[in-house]
Amino acid sequence: MSVSKSDFNYIRELVLERSAIVLDDGKEYLVESRIGQVAETEGFGTIDQLVKALRKNSHNGLQSKVIEALTTNETSFFRDIHPFETLKDAVIPELLENRKNERRLNIWCAASSSGQEPYSIAMVIRENFPVLLDWKIDFVASDISETMLNRCRSGKFSQLEVNRGLSAALLVKYFEKEGASWFIKRNLQEMIHFQQINLSRELPYLPKMDIIFMRNVLIYFDIETKKRILNQLISILQPDGFLFLGAAESTINLDSSFERTDYKHSGCYRLKR
Amino acid sequence: MVEEAANGLEALETIQKEKVDLALVDWNMPDMDGREFIREVRQDKTYKDMRMIMVTTETAITKVEEALEAGADEYIMKPFTKEIILEKLALLGMDTSNASK
Ligand SMILES: C[S@@+](CC[C@H](N)C(=O)[O-])C[C@H]1O[C@@H](n2cnc3c(N)ncnc32)[C@H](O)[C@@H]1O
Repeated sequence: MSVSKSDFNYIRELVLERSAIVLDDGKEYLVESRIGQVAETEGFGTIDQLVKALRKNSHNGLQSKVIEALTTNETSFFRDIHPFETLKDAVIPELLENRKNERRLNIWCAASSSGQEPYSIAMVIRENFPVLLDWKIDFVASDISETMLNRCRSGKFSQLEVNRGLSAALLVKYFEKEGASWFIKRNLQEMIHFQQINLSRELPYLPKMDIIFMRNVLIYFDIETKKRILNQLISILQPDGFLFLGAAESTINLDSSFERTDYKHSGCYRLKR
Repeated sequence: MVEEAANGLEALETIQKEKVDLALVDWNMPDMDGREFIREVRQDKTYKDMRMIMVTTETAITKVEEALEAGADEYIMKPFTKEIILEKLALLGMDTSNASK
């Protein structure tokens, strides 16, 4: 399905306004394929008709469907591996010491996509830190997309998904197979609270976080939005907390309150003292 | 370098001749089952550093468990991609920087 210049611009503005995701010139093909798909499943013959309905706001939930269709949900278990090793070898051990009186830990995974990332964190905890079973763990995983959040909540993964980045030992320990699908076990699922949070808006109330994973999502935003989000994190992150960004992301030139830690290839940042 | 073996016996010969760091082992080889192969290799201390990944169409949890018990380091369910292998190697702590072949 083809998209006219004006329809492309309309969709681009809508997506920017609602999600802060930037669609550069030349991304017409993306709109054609992904929004063409939405137009089809929603019963519009053309993208033009879909945009007319968007303009009139006559079609309930259509905006969200368009925005969700333009998010990129690529993820995998233990993606890039190093952040999870740093979590296990350095971050959680330090926090165990620093929080031994309160015995509580707050974790936020801020673009959880289909759930591989928060469940990887949950497995690191279960597998290595049995003492945390007696602590109060507040673990929030969020995304803009309700479709993705529902996938997270279902804890359901395909064979291809469990093939990627997940060790066989963890697969047999923490998953159950039903037909062709793999389900994460209840006790891991119950560790995490899934909630919709749009990072481009003012953030809802969140407790002070010890660990924030915000990986591979800032890359979709413009510089001002990145700055605004990082700036909000300053007050959400505990002074001795840890922020993980994606391998291609950094706070450099965006926010001078953070500094990169020495943990290799982990994208792990802390607030400057 | 990549060596290929058509069956289990050939694979056993190969690892005697060359130093193999990583073996992708098919569960269903013509002469011997991949699990037996892995078990046999694991009994010989000469190969203690060799990593073995079971690659198979078998997808039952019990099969994964059996492979791990036999001594497999990892398990990949077919179909798979190059990326999946690289991710598994990273999990095993193997250097994948020049393994893209
Ligand atoms: C590429 S995935 C990253 C998943 C995971 N963090 C990882 O690194 O593997 C990007 C996710 O960001 C979400 N996203 C995009 N814009 C967002 C926004 N404004 N607020 C919250 N999440 C957003 C998308 O829905 C998608 O699931």
